Formats: sequence, C-alpha cells, structure tokens
Amino acid sequence: MNDESILKVKNVSKSFSGVQAVDDISFELSKGDVLGIIGPNGSGKTTLINLITGFLKQDKGTVVYNGEDISKWMPHKIADAGLVRTFQFMRPYHTLPAYKNLIPPLYSKRASRTGLGNLGDRDAVAIDILEDIGFERDTRVPFKLAGTLPLGYLKRLELGRCIALKPELIICDEVFSGLSMSEIVSMVPLMERLQEEGITLIMVEHRLRELFRVANRVIVLSFGKKIFEGFPEEVFEDEKVKEAYFGGEDTYVFK
Amino acid sequence: MQELRKERLDRGVKVRSESIYAISSLKEIMFIIGPGLLLAALLLILPLFVSSYWQGVLKITGVYVLLAIGFGFLANYVGLVSLGGALFVGVGGYLSGGLNYFFDLPMIVTIPIAAVGGALICTILLLPALPLRGVYFAIVTLVYPMALSRIIVATGAFRGTDGLPGLERFPVGIGPIYLIFIVILICLYLLSRLVNYEDFGLVLRGVKDNELSIKASALHLTWYKIQAVFIAAFMGCFAGAYLTHLYGWVGTSLLAQDFSILPVAAAVVGGPGTIFGPLVGAFILVPISEAMRDYGTLRIVFYAIILVIFVVFWTEGILDYLKRKYEQFEHWVEM
Repeated sequence: MNDESILKVKNVSKSFSGVQAVDDISFELSKGDVLGIIGPNGSGKTTLINLITGFLKQDKGTVVYNGEDISKWMPHKIADAGLVRTFQFMRPYHTLPAYKNLIPPLYSKRASRTGLGNLGDRDAVAIDILEDIGFERDTRVPFKLAGTLPLGYLKRLELGRCIALKPELIICDEVFSGLSMSEIVSMVPLMERLQEEGITLIMVEHRLRELFRVANRVIVLSFGKKIFEGFPEEVFEDEKVKEAYFGGEDTYVFK
Repeated sequence: MQELRKERLDRGVKVRSESIYAISSLKEIMFIIGPGLLLAALLLILPLFVSSYWQGVLKITGVYVLLAIGFGFLANYVGLVSLGGALFVGVGGYLSGGLNYFFDLPMIVTIPIAAVGGALICTILLLPALPLRGVYFAIVTLVYPMALSRIIVATGAFRGTDGLPGLERFPVGIGPIYLIFIVILICLYLLSRLVNYEDFGLVLRGVKDNELSIKASALHLTWYKIQAVFIAAFMGCFAGAYLTHLYGWVGTSLLAQDFSILPVAAAVVGGPGTIFGPLVGAFILVPISEAMRDYGTLRIVFYAIILVIFVVFWTEGILDYLKRKYEQFEHWVEM
C-alpha cells in the first residue's frame, strides 16, 4: 500500500499554556490506508486531529496533504480539499431534520465540483446518502429532527456529513464510543465499505477490538508523544504501550 | 384514576417533515399560504380604517417591525444576538439625511442608497465582531451606536447635537404607510422562503446550531455570517432612512437605544419559531407604548411587566402558540 503518500505530519507540536498536548509527532499515510490512533485519555488524540484539520494552529511542524502544506489553511479550506473529520461530541444541526443536516456540505463548492451538489435536488441526494449509511428511507427516521435521534444515528449522521463531501481522507474521532455492541457491530461494515471505496481513514478509537478489524496500522500516543507505530498485532507486545496503559513495572498493583 | 395525556398530530397536508407537504386541492393550498395572505390583507387594509393620529403610529410601528424582523432573523436563524438596531437606524438615517442635506439628492435616490450603502457600512463595522457569539456579539453591537453618537456630538460632524434640519419629507397621507408596509411584506416573504425552503437559509440555520460543523462542511463560516448581517442591516438601514424622511430631520436620537431594545422585546413576545413572530410582537408593543404616552415614564414599567410575563410564563410566544394550534390536532388520550 505504499504507492502514494496522501498525508504527511511532520514534527507537529502544540502546547496549551505550558501543557504539552502534542509533542513532536510525525507520521505518514498512504492512499487507502486505515490508520488507528489510540492512547489513554488526555494523550492528545483529539488535539492532533484538530491540528491536522485546521481547527487549531500548531506551534511547530507542518502538515502536508496531497503534496501541499496545509498547516496554515482555514478549516473550511482543508475540508474543501477533501480532508474531512467527524466530531467526538456529535454536532448535528439539531433544529433541522436529519436529511437537512446534509444540505450544508452539499451546498459547498466541493460538492458542486464533485457533482453531488449539482444534481438539482439536494434533498434527494441527501436522503440517498443517508440510506447508504443505514437510515431506512421508508421509515420516518431521515425526516426526524436531528436533535431527537439516538446516539447511533447521530454518529452515522456525522459520517454522512463527511461522505456528502466525497472526501479522500476521513478522520473519525471516536465513532464507536458510546454506542451499544449491536450498534458497533453494524458500524464496522460501514467503515470497511468506506475503505473499499478507496477512502483513506484515520480512526481515533478506544474500542480496540473493532478498530483492529479495520485498521492496518496503529499509532499509540501517550502524554502527547508517539510511543509506538506499527501493525495492530504488535501493539500489546510493546513495553512502552503496556506501560502507558497499565502502568510501569514499579507501579504497585492491587491483588 | 384514569390518566390522560395530550397527543398532538400534524394535520393532513404536512407529511413527514417540515417543509414537505402533500397538496391535492385548493383548500390544502390555502391551508399553507392562507395565514400569509391573511397577514398581507390585514396590513394593506388596516391603514384605511384608522385616524390620522394612528396612521402616524403605524408608520413608527413599521420602522420597529423592520428592526424586529431583522433581529429575529439574526437571533433565531443565524444565532447572532444583535442589539444593533440603533446602529442600523443611525447609519441609514445619517446616510440618507447627509446625502439629501449636503448633495441635495431627492429621497427617491437617497433611500435606496442609504439602505444598500448603510448595510455595507454596518456589515464592515461589525466584521471584527463576527467571530464572537452570544452576549459578546450583542455587547459590540450595543456599543457601536453609543460610540457613534458621542463621536458626532464631540466632533460636530453632521452639525453635532443640532442635527440636519429641513430635509425632504414624505407627503402626508397613507402613501408612506404603504411604502413601509409593502417593504415589510416583501422582506417577510423573502425571509420566510429563505429560512424554510432555500438551501442557503438552511446553511444559516446550521450556523446557529453548530458553527464547527459548518466549518467542517467546507463552508466559509464568516462569509455566511456577513451575508446574514447584511440582510438584517439592509432592513434596519431602510428603516432609518424612512424615519429620516418621515421627520425631515436627522439627529443623534436616531442612535438611541430604543431601536436596539424594543426589537428584542417584540421578538420575545412574538416567539422565536417563525419569521412573523417579531412582527406580531412589534404590532402589539409599539401601539401599547403609544397609547400609554400619557403616563410618561411609567409606561416603561408596564412594558417591563409584559416582558417578564412572557419570558417567565410564556416563552413560546404568541405566534409560535398560534402556529402550533394551527398545524396540529390536539386531543386527550388514555395513557
């Protein structure tokens, strides 16, 4: 899978009033990769996403996407280039019906370039996309107010907003978290399908078993530093990872 | 004891979601456009049946209605709480008054220039505040008219406290009422189409619900806020220019806080759920305020009481209540 690099993160750092949230992180991503980013709470995963997608500005380092330095771009311009993200805390337009939540991305310039927003009736396109990701067309679900939908649908709606932009790279911030087992089980094939469609994925996740079914590479963060990069199978053989998750050798363990 | 609960059902023409209707007869078309037509008819007939004193009140009401609609649009559909009514009125008023006084342009030219140019000026003035939300944006919009009025008094620009007298005035009669009422109706029609049926309006409502998602949807957030502020400022500046030529005079009283505060009250009384709510609110509050002119400053107390009642006991507002009753059946069912 090493044909073409789509995203290069080089020595990116960010600190919040003295706290080093992201410390000198570098990695590279090829087209079609599925990269998992894991790490304990507060290890800087979401900050890293915010840095890549332009919602935060890094103190140091560069982010190169498709050969262009996007470190100083505004978030909407980055999304316009096809690098989109979901939010960990779902942010639907809660006063709009679910399918109308896809109108803003379909209204964007990128959608008119990719053709999705040009088909005349954006509502129909929106409902098609929602049906694809598990909103049953013949029920009332796509037409309900987004604020009244259960969590599982909201997570899908977040993905739908990304898909409406026909992205090349989706960064998913904990799409599995807070879902029931059955909801997660139905989400995994969706992620696999996105991958088959040639979309590069970065998944920040706490649900490791499901993540490892999809991911072909994993990065582990701890206190803002990258402590491991490799294949999913190797993760828990690594001493540093064990230490980050379970504490070091000299940690007192209750028996 | 048998327990009951109230069940609400949408009436037949409304299917599945807001803005999707199934229409099969003239009656059902009337169900949807009827309220709008009724409102238009009322507005157009009303001036014919009131005394000349109340015709004067209607003109002022029209000014406040435009401000209130603009406030409601920004606050309820874009999420910008703007106390900039006085700014809009002041800029529109001084622009049209200045053009008329210094360049002797007739009002048929000054009013359109003031509406468009004033809206541009206001939008540029508010540009630095657009990243702010909620009360912070409100404070900035509140400070501008205060500052402008002090600047005019201190520098003596536009003849300072004396203002610009002897401007061209509207002819007497009901013509000017129709001017502002027709502008109101056009604004109402376009705005309610915008927020209910146009994709651009949906993006604006998205801005209110969630700015981050708009950014993540490859849309330039500030650009959409700029357009929304321009729309509201356009209405406010037109109202200011109208007021200028109604009185034939421009002064710092155009930058008074009344123009910022009353629209807020009108929007609260009318309800946040529709574009029409603030209009209803203004049509209730302005005439009441006028009728209580004899009581002097006591009317402020009365005003405050109305506002408190609505805020505490009836946050839904008048028009949202009526809309709910109109669009839904309600009946009691056993639990």
